[in-house]
Amino acid sequence: MNNRYLYCFNGIVKREVLRFFQQRARLLSALVRPLLWLVVFAAGFRAALGVSIMEPYGTYITYQQYITPGLCCMIILFNGMQSSLSMVYDREMGSMKVLLMSPLPRPFLLCCKLIASALLSLLQVVIFLFFAQWLEVDIPLVGYVSAVPAIFLIAFFLGALGLMLSNLIKQLENFAGVMNFVIFPMFFLSSALYPLWKMQEASLWLYWLCQFNPFTACVELLRFALYEQINLSALATVLIATTIASCFALVSFRPQQGKKHQG
Amino acid sequence: MSIVTNQLTYYYGKKAAINELSINLTQGFNVLLGPNGAGKSTLFSMLTGLYQAASGDIKINGYDFRDNKADIMRSMGVVFQQSTLDLDLSVKQNLLYFAGLHGISSSQALENIHSILTQLALMPRLNDKVRALNGGHRRRVEIARSLIHQPKVLLLDEATVGLDIDSRKMITQYVKTLCQQRGICVLWATHLMDEVSDDDHLLIINEGNIQAQGVSSTLCKKHQADDVYQLYRRLTANAELV
Repeated sequence: MNNRYLYCFNGIVKREVLRFFQQRARLLSALVRPLLWLVVFAAGFRAALGVSIMEPYGTYITYQQYITPGLCCMIILFNGMQSSLSMVYDREMGSMKVLLMSPLPRPFLLCCKLIASALLSLLQVVIFLFFAQWLEVDIPLVGYVSAVPAIFLIAFFLGALGLMLSNLIKQLENFAGVMNFVIFPMFFLSSALYPLWKMQEASLWLYWLCQFNPFTACVELLRFALYEQINLSALATVLIATTIASCFALVSFRPQQGKKHQG
Repeated sequence: MSIVTNQLTYYYGKKAAINELSINLTQGFNVLLGPNGAGKSTLFSMLTGLYQAASGDIKINGYDFRDNKADIMRSMGVVFQQSTLDLDLSVKQNLLYFAGLHGISSSQALENIHSILTQLALMPRLNDKVRALNGGHRRRVEIARSLIHQPKVLLLDEATVGLDIDSRKMITQYVKTLCQQRGICVLWATHLMDEVSDDDHLLIINEGNIQAQGVSSTLCKKHQADDVYQLYRRLTANAELV
């Protein structure tokens, strides 16, 4: 790799990491949200929801254990959307121009941003899993390592999805819509909180929506990876979804969208 | 060291913001003077590749924008009208980020940063967060940032707006000195008449077109104006209030 590309990659990643650690509230909320789900929500639902033996688990598991991969993906989803929010903010505030003044190719710059965002997601998930082990979540030690590539791939996909959305959002104020129309449907229409066979019993059309939701594939990919297994169909779905979202995000990138000029 | 545009046009909807604009700027301090809404920032956005011209050509240092964008970006420094610094990062972190985007190593960048910040009397603020700096210092940091990669062309869009007279004087003087020392081509957009000296190359823009260009004192004589203000009033008399 040409040194210039390496310096540029280093510069972008360093900036994103520095910004992340400057925003302590962001780190805190990224951890508190899933931990709250794990402690409160899981405690309330464990009695109502019985999870039978299913893959990749070899035995009966607690509800906490079941929702942990889903909560990890929730962290990644929120971080991806946060990155997209920061892209819209940068565009509105003008700091995006600094990025665009780089002589290096635009797709490379955007990929660097996505990788930086994915690394931050990875860091947050690792911290979450560290706390989760004290809440009856039993993951084999090797599982933490085998999950890393899966977390990174999922984070790259959700980051690309966020970038794609940021291209469609014209103003910062419209971002609340993303919460309602993207984050919540993606999360709830997936296997993050309940096994899909439970959903199938309740409603067939909802079940099919969950099946076609790429977030379900993310959750299942991570669920298997945490137990040192590969869910091939989930991996294929996430890879295809990543390719589509990345291509669309790069092609539809409009840095000057929504800007007005005065001079 | 040159900026050349030929019949450049840009539309907002159906309205031409830049209308068949042709300029030919060489090494030195070139002032682009025009009222609000005249097309200065639009022209800057086109010169920096943020906007694509509906028609016409741009050549910077002989490179055509369509074929050599990377070469142009490598040789161009820009200070935008709107502040583009990251407030939560320090001066050093902001400058290193920019250097990274230009593919410059941290060690090389730090050498350049120390030299430029010393000239701009900003070294003591190197590790301060940008948020803690006043407007004048922030502007100086932006100018320092635009110089890290040692550009041959420098574009400054209303770089002194909102600053007190001393800060404005300091910045203008610094940029003029740079022109002489490094022989670079500077395009300085402003609507403040007192930033124009008699020997500056002046371009007056209004409604997306150049109304006059030449040495400031010569233009005043040609248009029988006592000073730049009178010249400006005459040539932009039809400017709408924006």
